[in-house]
Amino acid sequence: MKVESLPGGARLSLRELCGLIVAVLREIFDESAYQRFLDRSHLQSSASAYAIFLRENEQAKSRRPRCC
Amino acid sequence: MPRILRVLFWIAVSVLGALALATIALHRGEQINALWLVVAAVATYAVGYRFYSSFISAKVLALDPLRATPAERLDNGRDFVPTNKWVVFGHHFAAIAGPGPLVGPVLAAQFGYLPGTLWIIAGAVLGGCVQDFVILLFSVRRDGKSLTEMAKSEIGRAGGVVAYVAVLSIIVILLGATALIVVNALKSSPWGTFTIAMTMPIAVLMGVYLRRIRPGKVLETSVLGFVLVLAAIFGGQWVSETPSWAAIFTLTAPTLAILIIVYGFAASSLPVWLLLAPRDYLSTFVKLGTISLLAVGIVALRPSLHMPPLTRFADGSGPVFAGTIFPFAFITIACGAVSGFHSLISSGTTPKLIRREPETRMVGYGGMMAESMVAIMAMIAASVLQPGVYFAVNSPAGIVGQAPEAAATTISSWGFPVTAAQMASLAHAVGEQTLYNRTGGAPAFAVGMAQIFSNTLGGQAVMALWYHFAIMFEALFILTIIDAGTRVGRFMLQDALGHIWKPLGRTSWYPSILFTSAVIVAAWGNFLWQGIKDPLGGINSLWPLFGICNQLLATVALCVATAIIVKMGRVRYVLVTLVPLCWLVAVTFTASWHKVLDPNPRIGFLAHARQLAAARANPRLIFNDRLDAAVTGVLVVMVAMILIESGFECMRVISGRKSAATKEAPFVMTRLAMEEQA
Repeated sequence: MKVESLPGGARLSLRELCGLIVAVLREIFDESAYQRFLDRSHLQSSASAYAIFLRENEQAKSRRPRCC
Repeated sequence: MPRILRVLFWIAVSVLGALALATIALHRGEQINALWLVVAAVATYAVGYRFYSSFISAKVLALDPLRATPAERLDNGRDFVPTNKWVVFGHHFAAIAGPGPLVGPVLAAQFGYLPGTLWIIAGAVLGGCVQDFVILLFSVRRDGKSLTEMAKSEIGRAGGVVAYVAVLSIIVILLGATALIVVNALKSSPWGTFTIAMTMPIAVLMGVYLRRIRPGKVLETSVLGFVLVLAAIFGGQWVSETPSWAAIFTLTAPTLAILIIVYGFAASSLPVWLLLAPRDYLSTFVKLGTISLLAVGIVALRPSLHMPPLTRFADGSGPVFAGTIFPFAFITIACGAVSGFHSLISSGTTPKLIRREPETRMVGYGGMMAESMVAIMAMIAASVLQPGVYFAVNSPAGIVGQAPEAAATTISSWGFPVTAAQMASLAHAVGEQTLYNRTGGAPAFAVGMAQIFSNTLGGQAVMALWYHFAIMFEALFILTIIDAGTRVGRFMLQDALGHIWKPLGRTSWYPSILFTSAVIVAAWGNFLWQGIKDPLGGINSLWPLFGICNQLLATVALCVATAIIVKMGRVRYVLVTLVPLCWLVAVTFTASWHKVLDPNPRIGFLAHARQLAAARANPRLIFNDRLDAAVTGVLVVMVAMILIESGFECMRVISGRKSAATKEAPFVMTRLAMEEQA
């Protein structure tokens, strides 16, 4: 079922729309960043891998201003 | 769609927008439906996006789909990652949306809904969206450089220094002003205080769960945290109805201020994973959900606006904050129309995710349009309240008096009838002891939001739950800003102090962490304390100061953008950024002049200091006024310096004494275009 029209004439199916929303949420909530980290460093998800990811991202995350 | 249909469609959108704008501008004496505001905003944004941003893309910026962005060229899977434009849009919107677009319009509603609404719509389409868009594109073309770095390289060293000082000042004042909003929302409110107190152990629990039990499952952890927060809201009701527990969580403003100051210091010094990160996830989750819910509620309920389009306070005698519509409405509503802070996001994480240059239009211009829509919803939430209720909640005791009857009589005498019984009944309905003198905008917004939500879902019986949900939502994400802002300010200070003595610049050296955290917390804590002790409620002085800082930062951003456009050899299109720049200079400089030198003690800091000195008031209050005047003066002088410096730079380029060369990264052909074609 085609439900969503995008600028430029592209159309999204309901499944693609849901996938897009999940992708947005995964990016906002850093799940995608963690997945990229796992892919890049060839690690399996684990407490120790996540600890390394957090350490690597701590500087960037804590320097990021939150807007008013 | 055939061309003729497209033309007819856009003519219809334009006519609908004009009709809606005419309705909200010309209707007098009768209530109008909130949907007119929504239609006016959506139609104007649609036309602005379709035509104005398209013009800027093609003529001014000449967006190049074949030029590789830093996300593609410098792709490292960490900071630089080519990302789907809708994902970047969501990420960017989540970063720019804060309490500003909610609080500013609520405060500015004292003038009536008309001035604020027109400024939100026009300011966003012609100013805020343009600023976010051009800064994002310029940062993309400079390998994701920050605003400070661009100011330094395109204007000169002074540009960089001014941008740095403006950013640090805005962070400090923002933290003081927003912390005051939380204090005013939670004072004498055991329900709200308990709920917010519970978010701290919940965040720690989330941090431990995320790190030890389900590594990396942030969404799942956020849902879990959200369920626990909802449980805390229900628990808060029980606490408020149990005298022994209610006594523990019924706190005065000074006690709450001290607790928040201690919390800010602790949050800045604790590991990010333990408190900051989980709170950030939780507040983002609640923020996105609540904003969506509010939009649905407004469209479903289609409430009438009880606030008149213009109130008598257009003359500057308003109880919420003093000052006339120009310039004060324009600095009170910053984030919903033009926000300098956005330029930090547009030149921060976002440019490193942009996959193709043309996508900056949707992310930069479109993201700000979405934020502006949030401000329109806040204006609606404030305007659905009976004006008498709105002023009773938002007026400080110093103006309307402490006693309920006296306050109701004063407000009714302004032409906005309200009774003590009506306020008592409303306070009871939302589960509070009183709603008088809850300055800061958050409680008024929460009452408006609770009315909209409870009329959409659950009825009056659940109004108290919705009110405390709204308070939790605002306080949660203000406290997140306090966590994050204190830490960002600490890093900025460490960067600067590192030039004086190297160890102070080491971000992992604990003495440096404690020292710089203490300095930043003391700085915003001073402004918070000032607001607590101010008989006029604090927001009267702090919010305009914050607005001035924010708009001065926008002035710096537009100044940088204008200089770059001139250097790109596109002088004929310079009005795109020059007009909003001139407007912001007029607004901020006039507001600063009033705040420092106006003879009215309710407006001018120095006049207020003189009045206090004559009354032999607390010397601390006098010092605060003089400090506010000095901060405003220093910022204005610094921004004037950058304006002059960039003006000379532009004149040198226009007159041909300097070649028109910008500091863009060299052109590299994108591979993504070919991959997409294949």
